[in-house]
Amino acid sequence: MLAFNFFGATEGGLFDINATLPLMAIQVVALTYILNSLFFKPVGNVVEKREKFVSNNIIEAKNKLSEVKKLEADLLTQLQSARLEAQRIVNEAENESDKLYKEALELANDEANASKEKARLEIESQTSAARDQLSKQADYLSELIVNRLILEK
Amino acid sequence: MLTNFAALEVGQHLYWQIGNIRLHGQVFLTSWILLGALLVFISLGTKKMENDPKGLQNLLEFLWDYIRDLARTQIGEKVYRDWMPFIGTLFLFVFVSNWGGALIPWRLIKLPSGELGAPTADINTTIALALLVSLSYFYAGLSNKGWRYFEYYVHPTPIMLPFKILEDFTKPLSLSFRLFGNILADELVVGVLVFLVPLILPIPVMFLGLFTSAIQALIFATLAAYYIGEAVEEHH
Repeated sequence: MLAFNFFGATEGGLFDINATLPLMAIQVVALTYILNSLFFKPVGNVVEKREKFVSNNIIEAKNKLSEVKKLEADLLTQLQSARLEAQRIVNEAENESDKLYKEALELANDEANASKEKARLEIESQTSAARDQLSKQADYLSELIVNRLILEK
Repeated sequence: MLTNFAALEVGQHLYWQIGNIRLHGQVFLTSWILLGALLVFISLGTKKMENDPKGLQNLLEFLWDYIRDLARTQIGEKVYRDWMPFIGTLFLFVFVSNWGGALIPWRLIKLPSGELGAPTADINTTIALALLVSLSYFYAGLSNKGWRYFEYYVHPTPIMLPFKILEDFTKPLSLSFRLFGNILADELVVGVLVFLVPLILPIPVMFLGLFTSAIQALIFATLAAYYIGEAVEEHH
């Protein structure tokens, strides 16, 4: 029932090919030119301009990033050398102070020893002086005792 | 009534007689309405182009990008630019025709003979498109490679020659009949279902029809681009 008029009829039918075909082709070709100037070109320009802009920005950002990385590495080496330098200075200072401490200690020791020696000598001389005096007095006393004993007899 | 409906549905045309030539008026009427709508839509979207796309421009840029990807993957980096407008026009024309035919209730407009519908449901339209594709790939091959284009016919061996020549006929034939058959069948199925069960039941089929319509537009544009790509491809 549906296919009643499929191929049939001099008039119409599904496969009725006529001047519609070339005219439609011309219409599509015209549409291609219209759409090209109205749609494809302007939109393409905008999109490609933006894509260029984005890719340029990405390249620029990459360059900047590599620069930053280089600077960072530079700073790191600088930091490293500064650290080593500081370490060296600290070590030097420590050695210096050690040396100074030792020197001062030696000096103080020497001084202490000297004054100890002096004191000892003084003590010794005073002891001998005292001993002399004591022996003098002992002599005197013994003389006195002897005289008295002699007198009593 | 059924015969009346069926007769109206299939193979009836609104004839325009201009001098000696006869045209299917309903095809041109619908195509003008739909293409007019498409052009208005595109002019609105491209009226004020900005670097930060908004609204319609966004949609059009998405469409442009979609068509570019289609053309680029099928035709190749070297010449896709030359053919992008043609491929894009084919896609838009077929898509707008298919969807316009399926979505707009044309039946409300009564014609003296035949009825309005998708322009792609008429064999003249699809053959016109398919022949344009054939001409395009010949032109693309000849303009890019000169007479070396015909090396394609004996590539990789001369045994292929008859098959390649046959292909030049089967390509437009399959392109036109695929599109014509799908869209017409969809219209018929929806028409018959609406006639038999006017409520609810046709809706899933209508959705299926929308899906088919979109897929057919994509297939047509992709195949056209593939044929052009095949013609400009360099064999080593």
